[in-house]
Amino acid sequence: MPNMSLKKVPMPEQDPNVRNKNFKEVALGYTPEMAMEEATRCLHCKNKPCVAGCPVNVHIPDFIEKVAAGDFAGAYEIVASTNALPAVSGRVCPQENQCEGKCVRGIKGEPVAIGRLERFVADWYMANGVASPVVPPKNGKKVAIIGAGPAGLSCAGDLAKAGYDVTIFEAFHTAGGVLVYGIPEFRLPKDIVHKEVDNLKALGVKVMTNMVIGKVLSVDEIFEMGYDAVFIGSGAGLPSFMGIEGEALIGVYSANEYLTRTNLMRAYDESYDTPIMKSKSVAVVGGGNVAMDAARCAKRLGAENVYIVYRRSEEEMPARKEEVHHAKEEGIIFKLLNNPVKILGDENGHVCGMECVEMELGEPDASGRRRPTPKEGSNFVLDVDTVIMALGTSPNPLIRTTTHGIEANKHGCLVVDETMKTTRDGVYAGGDAVTGAATVILAMGAGKTAAASIREYLEK
Amino acid sequence: MYKIVQKRQLNSAVTLMEVEAPLIAKKAQAGQFIIFRVDEKGERVPLTIADYDREKGTVTIIFQIVGRSTMLLNQLEVGDSILDFVGPLGKPSEVEGFKKVAVIGGGVGCAIAYPTAKALFKNGTHVDMIAGFRSKDIVILEDEMRAACTNLYITTDDGTYGEKGFVTNKLQSLIDAGNKYDCVIAIGPVIMMKFVAQVTRPYGIKTIVSLNPIMIDGTGMCGGCRVKVDGKIKFACVDGPDFDGHLVDFDELMKRNTSYKEEEAEERAHVCRLTGGVRNA
Ligand SMILES: Cc1cc2nc3c(=O)[nH]c(=O)nc-3n(C[C@H](O)[C@H](O)[C@H](O)COP(=O)(O)OP(=O)(O)OC[C@H]3O[C@@H](n4cnc5c(N)ncnc54)[C@H](O)[C@@H]3O)c2cc1C
Ligand SMILES: Cc1cc2nc3c(=O)[nH]c(=O)nc-3n(C[C@H](O)[C@H](O)[C@H](O)COP(=O)(O)OP(=O)(O)OC[C@H]3O[C@@H](n4cnc5c(N)ncnc54)[C@H](O)[C@@H]3O)c2cc1C
Ligand code: SF4
Ligand code: SF4
Ligand code: FES
Repeated sequence: MPNMSLKKVPMPEQDPNVRNKNFKEVALGYTPEMAMEEATRCLHCKNKPCVAGCPVNVHIPDFIEKVAAGDFAGAYEIVASTNALPAVSGRVCPQENQCEGKCVRGIKGEPVAIGRLERFVADWYMANGVASPVVPPKNGKKVAIIGAGPAGLSCAGDLAKAGYDVTIFEAFHTAGGVLVYGIPEFRLPKDIVHKEVDNLKALGVKVMTNMVIGKVLSVDEIFEMGYDAVFIGSGAGLPSFMGIEGEALIGVYSANEYLTRTNLMRAYDESYDTPIMKSKSVAVVGGGNVAMDAARCAKRLGAENVYIVYRRSEEEMPARKEEVHHAKEEGIIFKLLNNPVKILGDENGHVCGMECVEMELGEPDASGRRRPTPKEGSNFVLDVDTVIMALGTSPNPLIRTTTHGIEANKHGCLVVDETMKTTRDGVYAGGDAVTGAATVILAMGAGKTAAASIREYLEK
Repeated sequence: MYKIVQKRQLNSAVTLMEVEAPLIAKKAQAGQFIIFRVDEKGERVPLTIADYDREKGTVTIIFQIVGRSTMLLNQLEVGDSILDFVGPLGKPSEVEGFKKVAVIGGGVGCAIAYPTAKALFKNGTHVDMIAGFRSKDIVILEDEMRAACTNLYITTDDGTYGEKGFVTNKLQSLIDAGNKYDCVIAIGPVIMMKFVAQVTRPYGIKTIVSLNPIMIDGTGMCGGCRVKVDGKIKFACVDGPDFDGHLVDFDELMKRNTSYKEEEAEERAHVCRLTGGVRNA
């Protein structure tokens, strides 16, 4: 008899008023007992609607059945057979739009906590897993991967397992992409990402950091070095600004800069040299995951007031529901239906306020969301000393402008066919570099598809 | 890890290092830069590629010890290694198609101007180099610069060496003496570049300046290095670091470069007082 509780087994969390002052993980994870109890809520539906919602086809009811039976190693094997980074996706997937969004238990009550169970299984394996990976015999073919984000890492993993000699070229000094420079420690501990990268190295993958492709080496030179195929997973790291007055003032950051200083360069840790503004009041402009992360970092760095300024309403916010909920609990103030028009500066060029205008929602626009329009005469000044722009990002032109024969669309996204092949033979691409800013699991899925296509291309 | 194969003190506050970085050496061009990180806890700091040796696979950097990161770098000796060293970043300087150019360096800016002068001179360009320093005891690279230009003019603010005065005075007198430059390249403190651009503006002489905003990634990802050029936002690490000096908003750049002034002063005091530059693990 399945457990018919309408609610998920709650996940223990740090108290909001404690955690908003530290960078330790917010959600603490299930104990084995909690996981087994939650697992009994799954009905093992024949048509598996949840699986259809998962971009990498995790065999959800099967692994949950193993969890219910206490066979965590077995559960891990099932998850890992289609998902290269379960400890990551279990934490950061927008489950409400994916697997859990399709779960039948969600029709009446809460869906099965698929993400939490996936995380539990992956964490359990990291703590208790035994078998170290067997390095497969090499097949003599070399593949270069550009970018060590989720797309590049999953492509590298699949190819290494198939015997390819794989080298990842990463621009930053650390592998992980957005997982290390963007998503904060309190949502995704960096140790998890480092362990995943170490697992790849154990499979024989070489990781070369400090390699900005397009500068130190071009794609053509990579081929000249004897690589048989190239995968581009360089992400969408180019920040946008609004183009309003005052964006050059001291105290205006792109979210990328703020998050990189905080996460990758650990500005919150005194023993690191990274400087960051000591802010009293911070406005974060935007409504996505990036905005939530920047706001919650600002709070943890000691700001008294942190505002999310978003021009639409909560319903249109693209952030994961859980992040919005956590941000509110931590005391982030939501200024919805507000848009900045100008940033004000003092005589030293420091931010001393942000002028905003109230917005109202009109007819749906091309994106299907209701178009916000300013309310005449509703301007007011928000008293802030720091402004963080979290407006979305686009792919960096560095690679496409230095590589012959690779086409991009008008947004700068690389053009690929359904096999992830670009317009040039032997060159594949996937993740945010192709889709524009999207999700971790879609990037991973693209990396896997590309790995299969590269095998097809080199083994035919 | 990137091994230091040579280290030379150019004056009490400026050091030259030759670093093993074969891939960068192979690609480097005048005007480009690297970003280094001394160790796991260090900042990412940009330095111009002052020279390179493609055969030996080495890159030379010349840096002024101004703060914590450059102090820590200066603690390293021949045989030690720098943790991270990434490049070549930025666009190369324009060195083709000029007949007669004035290259102006201010202080440690001479180290940045030197490779550009050298590249121009090698292309057969007439190069007048003006190198300005505060005083005699901080003059650097005199022999190297002399070998990389047609005429070298050294100025000091206090007149203890070369001609007394600022680089802008010398430039003005060279223009007054009838020298016709296709281009003036100025690299040094922001204030110096601003004044050079003011000297050349009335004559309509093309003026290139090399900007040094605060940077992190150096690949166009953080937007921290943004500068205003001709009213538009540019990222100095990918669109520059060279820009048209007549279009740059120097005042804004000067302000932005003070962003972390207080924190940096604290850090600096901290290094000197507690560790003498050596980091506690
Ligand atoms: C702050 C933030 C929070 C997010 N939160 C979530 C979330 O909760 N859930 C979710 O699903 N998604 C989230 N996302 C989106 C998700 O992180 C991305 O969609 C995903 O990381 C894309 O993966 P990728 O591998 O395509 O690119 P990236 O992760 O961007 O990795 C690209 C890598 O390529 C490197 N690179 C770039 N150019 C070069 C070059 N020229 N040479 C060599 N290397 C290069 C970069 O340094 C980087 O390491 C978030 C994004 C951000 C910024
Ligand atoms: C493209 C470029 C090329 C450069 N080339 C050289 C060179 O060849 N030789 C040389 O001596 N200096 C060069 N600089 C300047 C050098 O990067 C700074 O002096 C250095 O960052 C100081 O670091 P610090 O920690 O020792 O000092 P800090 O105490 O941190 O800072 C001192 C001052 O340096 C500037 N600064 C701090 N951090 C950065 C950063 N991450 N990026 C840029 N500026 C910063 C600020 O204006 C600050 O006020 C260059 C800068 C740029 C942007
Ligand atoms: S990978 Fe993401 S979408 Fe798929 S089952 Fe796991 S949490 Fe759900
Ligand atoms: S839809 Fe929900 S209840 Fe049905 S199998 Fe999937 S997880 Fe279990
Ligand atoms: S240094 Fe980050 S964009 Fe230029």
